[in-house]
Amino acid sequence: MNPSVDALRATFGNAIGRALDSCGDTIVYVAREQLLAVMAWLRDTPEQAYDYLVDVTAVEYRDRERPLELVYNLRSLARRADLRVKVTLDPRGDLTVDSVVPLWRGADWLEREAFDMFGVTFRGHPDLRRILMWETYAEGYPLRKDFPLRGRFSRAEQVRQALAANPEAHYSMEELSIAEAYDELPADMKERLRRGERGTLPDFE
Amino acid sequence: MKRVIETKEVAGQSPNYLLAKFQDLIDWAVNSSRANSLWPMPFGTACCAIEFMATAASRYDFARFGMERQAYSPRQADVLICAGRLPFKLAPVIRRIYDQMTQPKWVISMGACASTGGIFDNYAMVQGIDTIVPVDVYVPGCPPRPEGLLYGVLLLHKKIKGESLFDGVPRREEQPLDERGLRLPPDQIDEISEPFGNSVHQFRST
Repeated sequence: MNPSVDALRATFGNAIGRALDSCGDTIVYVAREQLLAVMAWLRDTPEQAYDYLVDVTAVEYRDRERPLELVYNLRSLARRADLRVKVTLDPRGDLTVDSVVPLWRGADWLEREAFDMFGVTFRGHPDLRRILMWETYAEGYPLRKDFPLRGRFSRAEQVRQALAANPEAHYSMEELSIAEAYDELPADMKERLRRGERGTLPDFE
Repeated sequence: MKRVIETKEVAGQSPNYLLAKFQDLIDWAVNSSRANSLWPMPFGTACCAIEFMATAASRYDFARFGMERQAYSPRQADVLICAGRLPFKLAPVIRRIYDQMTQPKWVISMGACASTGGIFDNYAMVQGIDTIVPVDVYVPGCPPRPEGLLYGVLLLHKKIKGESLFDGVPRREEQPLDERGLRLPPDQIDEISEPFGNSVHQFRST
């Protein structure tokens, strides 16, 4: 058992649910309301230092009695320790949870994927849109257990909706271009861009 | 020219005999030129694209069949080779690429997924790209070996050499059926993409 669990219990008390070992990894259940505080504590406490959010995903089990679980895989790069944090949600109830994007920027697209596939709403997410399915997708959340394998619409309707989509709407030019991000790039990359690929000075300045 | 030829009586032949011969000659020249210098537009989305690359590389080398230059711009391509599964998100993309290709143009559907949806009978996958663009040659296989794709290319050569500039058949229905953008009637799309295999036991709940 990962010693972080005992430290969590000592700090947060009842907000920490059961904990178990699975295949060498420690899983700890956290109350939904305390999630953001627990995560911030895990990241910022020097003895914990879980500075890397490996993955955010969700699981809905075929057993309808079991809750939907949100899974956060954490890793401490310095301590070489792993911890899996889970939050349980009622699949037929409110699927809202605090976003961890303020703590790890990398959670942005991971949470968008959980939203796209499971319909989990992340409160405080800067840009909560679908990421795999197109944004006008109207059939629901594909990885939910009540979602039929072939979708809800007929094939003809699916083809019609797909063809009606504008392929350029998936990406805006701002998303694809690095022009806006130029000021935030590291210095060596800036220098490379400034010199151009062949080492010559481009004349855009 | 047609009138000139028709007024001439050739001994023992129909007045259209020379005209037909002339048309055959033109068809032969045009079709041979087209068939033997097809420029492929690769649209590789999955493992079929790996076999496509093997077909293009030196061991199988479809340059031997006139596909020397791969066109990465649809405006300079003759044949669209869809290699791999096509999700619904890519459907408008391949439709636009097909629309941007200049006439005459042909389509090869490479592999089981592009032709029928294959094992991906699910919510995200187009069940056969013939619901999106017209297809000339279907190459079966999962994925097809390079020999299979080359055989498909040769079949396409055969088909092109059988076409005629003079039979009055439009080269390709270019416009979608209606304002909804469909190429086929909805019931036909449902029919050709109906479930098969294991998936007949799974139903769409509404």
